[in-house]
Amino acid sequence: MRGRTFGVVVIGMVLAGVLFTRLGANQYYYFAAYVILQYVVLATAWNILGGYTGYVNFGTAAFFALGAYTSVVLIKGFAAPLPVLLAAGAAVAGLLGLGIGYLTLRLRGVFFSIATLALAVVLQTMVINWDYVGGARGISVVRPGRLPFFGSYVEFLFAVMLLLAIFAIAVAWWIETSRIGRGLAAIRDNEEAAECMGVPTLRLKLIATTVSGSLMGVAGAPFPYYVTFVEPSSAFNLDYAVNSLAMPMIGGTTTWVGPVIGAILLGTTQQVATVTISSALNLLIVGIILVAFVILAPDGILGLVQRLKGGARA
Amino acid sequence: MTADGFLEVENVTKRFGGFQALSSVSLHVRQGERFGLIGPNGSGKTTLINCISGTLRNDAGRIVFEGHDLTAVPAHRRTRLGIARSFQIPKPFASMTVRDNLTIPLEYAARAHGVDATEQARAILRLMGLEAKAHAAAATLTQIEMRKLELGRAMAAKPKLLVADEAMAGLSSAEVDDILDILFQLNARGITIIMIEHIMRAVMRFCERIAVLDAGEKIAEGGPEAILANAAVERAYLGQ
Repeated sequence: MRGRTFGVVVIGMVLAGVLFTRLGANQYYYFAAYVILQYVVLATAWNILGGYTGYVNFGTAAFFALGAYTSVVLIKGFAAPLPVLLAAGAAVAGLLGLGIGYLTLRLRGVFFSIATLALAVVLQTMVINWDYVGGARGISVVRPGRLPFFGSYVEFLFAVMLLLAIFAIAVAWWIETSRIGRGLAAIRDNEEAAECMGVPTLRLKLIATTVSGSLMGVAGAPFPYYVTFVEPSSAFNLDYAVNSLAMPMIGGTTTWVGPVIGAILLGTTQQVATVTISSALNLLIVGIILVAFVILAPDGILGLVQRLKGGARA
Repeated sequence: MTADGFLEVENVTKRFGGFQALSSVSLHVRQGERFGLIGPNGSGKTTLINCISGTLRNDAGRIVFEGHDLTAVPAHRRTRLGIARSFQIPKPFASMTVRDNLTIPLEYAARAHGVDATEQARAILRLMGLEAKAHAAAATLTQIEMRKLELGRAMAAKPKLLVADEAMAGLSSAEVDDILDILFQLNARGITIIMIEHIMRAVMRFCERIAVLDAGEKIAEGGPEAILANAAVERAYLGQ
């Protein structure tokens, strides 16, 4: 049943994506769709640690920016191609995730969250003071030339992000339906009991932080080509941390579908609001929707649907 | 007393800051035995079993289980070696169903998978009298059901040694008998049981041998009658 839903969503996404690139629509749509898909990756990645394992990460921006700045270094120093950028972004952010994983030995609950927030501040300060990647001024990145099959480079980036989103969802689905996912849920419910029931809690938490961090990094890797001008305040934007947390909360945190629903709904709302009202309103909208959900539907849209269906969990 | 090397606790010491929770406690538990651990509140019973199960590390001394020195072995590996415990305050996996609570130790400790795990979970639920609740959320259970789930989950880890930390606290007299029945059945299957309990009626009926802790020290050890007749035990419980 779950497997079928997963298959339908993936096939739907591929078809919609192909159709979209064949349409030759206004370039703005590709820009907007890229951002929404990027949030599908970030929200899905956040949920592997926050939703499945119960460790709330406020440092999404750090992992995302680490992916982006790894790309900046590789583009500037080695003119590396995009596949290399993606692999490198995933690897470097994955390593940071592994490091964060060891923090869970000593820090739980809100203290872990504060540490991840601090991590973002520390990394941003380091980047601001690193001239090679442009420091506080930022750095321009020149996109490679035109590509076959795609009308523009943004269309190509859109296709790349679509594949990344499908990849991220597949990873989350695999974790969720495997023994690892059940072990993570046990950790979320009660870490001490999980350990005493034979669950290797440290190893599973390290897997969760590494996979989560690595997916966030891979989402940031194409960012320099997308914006063509990278500066710390945009790469480390608070939006990433807030959105990647709010989207799973709104969609529902216990399954892979939740973050996808949340990212598409909230991401689309933000894009529409940016064009029709003002871009400054984005976070306000997120805030209001999040407060409404926490009060009215604490288990997100999926929880709400379950409850309306008659509630198998009543 | 002859030690058979099943569980040897040798001079285990545990401090929390300046507080000495356990001072050089030694115990030998034989295979298949029903062993009781009693003592006033704060005497170090739970600290000792935390050291045995691995959620705390002892500062000095060592614990040997079937020839394995457990000093550097993390808790989840001890469970796989055959030491399972229940918690004084039940700690169910609240977001899961009762059956899924058993699936975790079945998969991770007993290495049972798929249909096999489902079958074993059903057998344990039947033994515990929780069959009807298999698909209920663990968070919705009553106190006695929660206690049974706690024991059932420990059983799902396929233990050789089961440590029941106050499995009967807060239960009615009939419910205590219920849990005792279950524990006797488990023991009859060859599982060694360490019972930590305040309900003396249960301890005296169940245990073959009892150790008494007071202020982190073992003050007595012996059969139920010997313990009841022991002057030091009386002092510890009732004062001078």
